[in-house]
Amino acid sequence: MSSTEQSSQAAKSSDPVIVIKNMHKWYGEFHVLKNVNLEVQRGERIVICGPSGSGKSTLIRCINRLEVHQQGHISVDGTELTGDLKNIEKIRSEVGMVFQHFNLFPHLTVMENLTLGPIWVRKTPKAEAEETAMEYLKRVKIPEQAEKFPGQLSGGQQQRVAIARSLCMNPGIMLFDEPTSALDPEMIKEVLDVMIELAESGMTMLCVTHEMGFATAVAHRVIFMDFGEIIEENEPHEFFNNPQNDRTKLFLSQIL
Amino acid sequence: MNEAANPQKEYTPGTHPDLPAPFATRGPVAWMRDNLFSSPLNIILTVVVAWLLYSIIPPIVNWVFIESVWTADSRVECWAQMKEAEGAACWAFINSRLNLFIYGFYPEAERWRVNVSFILLVMFLIPILWDKAPYRKYWLMYCVAFPFIAAWLLVGGFGLTKVPTDEIGGITLTLIIGVTGIFFSLPIGVALALGRISNMPAVSMLCVVFIEFIRGVPLIALLFVASTMLNYFLPPGTSFDLLMRVLIMVMLFSAAYIAEVVRGGLQAVPRGQHEAADAMGLTYWQSSRLIVLPQALKISIPGIVNTFIGLFKDTTLVLIIGMLDPLGIGRAALSDASWSGLAREVYLFIAIFFFLCCFGMSRYSLYLEKKLHTGH
Ligand SMILES: Nc1ncnc2c1ncn2[C@@H]1O[C@H](COP(=O)(O)OP(=O)(O)O)[C@@H](O)[C@H]1O
Ligand SMILES: [Mg+2]
Repeated sequence: MSSTEQSSQAAKSSDPVIVIKNMHKWYGEFHVLKNVNLEVQRGERIVICGPSGSGKSTLIRCINRLEVHQQGHISVDGTELTGDLKNIEKIRSEVGMVFQHFNLFPHLTVMENLTLGPIWVRKTPKAEAEETAMEYLKRVKIPEQAEKFPGQLSGGQQQRVAIARSLCMNPGIMLFDEPTSALDPEMIKEVLDVMIELAESGMTMLCVTHEMGFATAVAHRVIFMDFGEIIEENEPHEFFNNPQNDRTKLFLSQIL
Repeated sequence: MNEAANPQKEYTPGTHPDLPAPFATRGPVAWMRDNLFSSPLNIILTVVVAWLLYSIIPPIVNWVFIESVWTADSRVECWAQMKEAEGAACWAFINSRLNLFIYGFYPEAERWRVNVSFILLVMFLIPILWDKAPYRKYWLMYCVAFPFIAAWLLVGGFGLTKVPTDEIGGITLTLIIGVTGIFFSLPIGVALALGRISNMPAVSMLCVVFIEFIRGVPLIALLFVASTMLNYFLPPGTSFDLLMRVLIMVMLFSAAYIAEVVRGGLQAVPRGQHEAADAMGLTYWQSSRLIVLPQALKISIPGIVNTFIGLFKDTTLVLIIGMLDPLGIGRAALSDASWSGLAREVYLFIAIFFFLCCFGMSRYSLYLEKKLHTGH
């Protein structure tokens, strides 16, 4: 447990990489995010949970501007998110994202999926990009699948490739949107193992998930969202054993 | 009973080996039973089809090959060589007009230029058909240059004698219009499709107007516009080659269709693909070129090839504005008194030419689909 404590010390020291202030978002008339305030420290690991439709995906997608917020401020690594395309591309290249449905590029091999970003965004020479890609494939334990197409892999393997693909961009922050909820039960563990290993390496992580075991093991903070608001946040042990808000209690009673 | 495939045999649980399927359910006999004789209706259909084939194929083979005449100087001479006059094809007619069918009225002394263009066309097809061709990258660069090299060869200028484009005809003309149309309509169509779904209203509006206008007008009308009206719009004194005008019209016409086919493909690419590309920090053009278009085009292959086949056959419409494509040549040839009455041979010959080209494209499309299939 000492390593977790150390990193939680690190997380407490004030070095915010993501700052969200009084942020609102609407889909047409629908007020999907309401006055969200969140600071994420470098190296901090946050798990976001909440009922379906509560705005969890929307929130983390605002951080790399896959969704545009209409009011308030978001800044990542000191850069404010505005309409400026150059800023957006820069931030996106620093923030990795892993999706529920993997979103690997089906027409490219695993290796090409991994090297695309480094080659085109980072302008890394191909050979070097492939070398790095291979290292990450080894880290997610599927180096032998490099020449296959995503469609030939199992769900768990695809998600591990997706994680490796993000890591190849050498991001400072990783966003996960329910990375295990499209997987068969026997594949969840292999993906969580990779994520736990990543957590231990000190990566800043925001993870939407309902995997309580994962949250307890790696998260510094658990955030509960409902109806577009952050209802409650706490460190995992307290959050699960001693929830304060009634809605949190109700939610936890449903998923545990 | 087949010993190896005896599923009755007892195995202790966990030790059951993989066995081949029972003999009666595999092999040609089983196939015939399942596909040709599976029900009374199926049996009747099989018998009827077999009888039809039996009564149609031999006479056709006879007419086309066995009793046909390949050399003669006139219709009468041709028929004299048959068991029964008009009882078989007189290919001698096509034979004697072959140059006309291939080159039109292209000057005889310059026909080598057409031949070289044919060879260049074959070289153009090699890297497209054979994706493991050595030095494919350079081949493909040649492919991009090919239409321009061929245009120079065929029309002349820059050191070659100029050939007036109204002397080009026959299969040469068909291939020029077909290949140019196909080559340029794909990129124009893709650009139009991207423009149509772009979120810049001005661009999208322009593309919609263009596509809908072109699709709403028959190609014949566009060709008439090309042949007659276009001159009114051009500054006086400039003359603009008719073939060039036709090429532009055919190109735009087919591009509008391609645009709609490709738009369908673009919309079939899941949103997650755009998001993954965006999340990686790719620019709009990178994501279009590397992620979205390859997938959209792959989905669109059948529609694209369908459009190309249509375009290729529509080249015969230039007959109406007085250009001599194979059909025009055929009609002209049939008006020769010593050969008149051989319309069947002429049209069959032309039909076979078009069929081979279109069937080739159709097969290529299947091959591409298979090649690009990368799993579920
Ligand atoms: N593109 C969109 N347009 C309109 N409504 C949307 C869109 N995306 C999500 N929503 C709505 O916003 C709400 C929050 O969605 P989401 O952030 O995906 O929730 P969660 O990830 O917590 O399940 C849901 O009610 C959903 O229906
Ligand atoms: Mg979600």
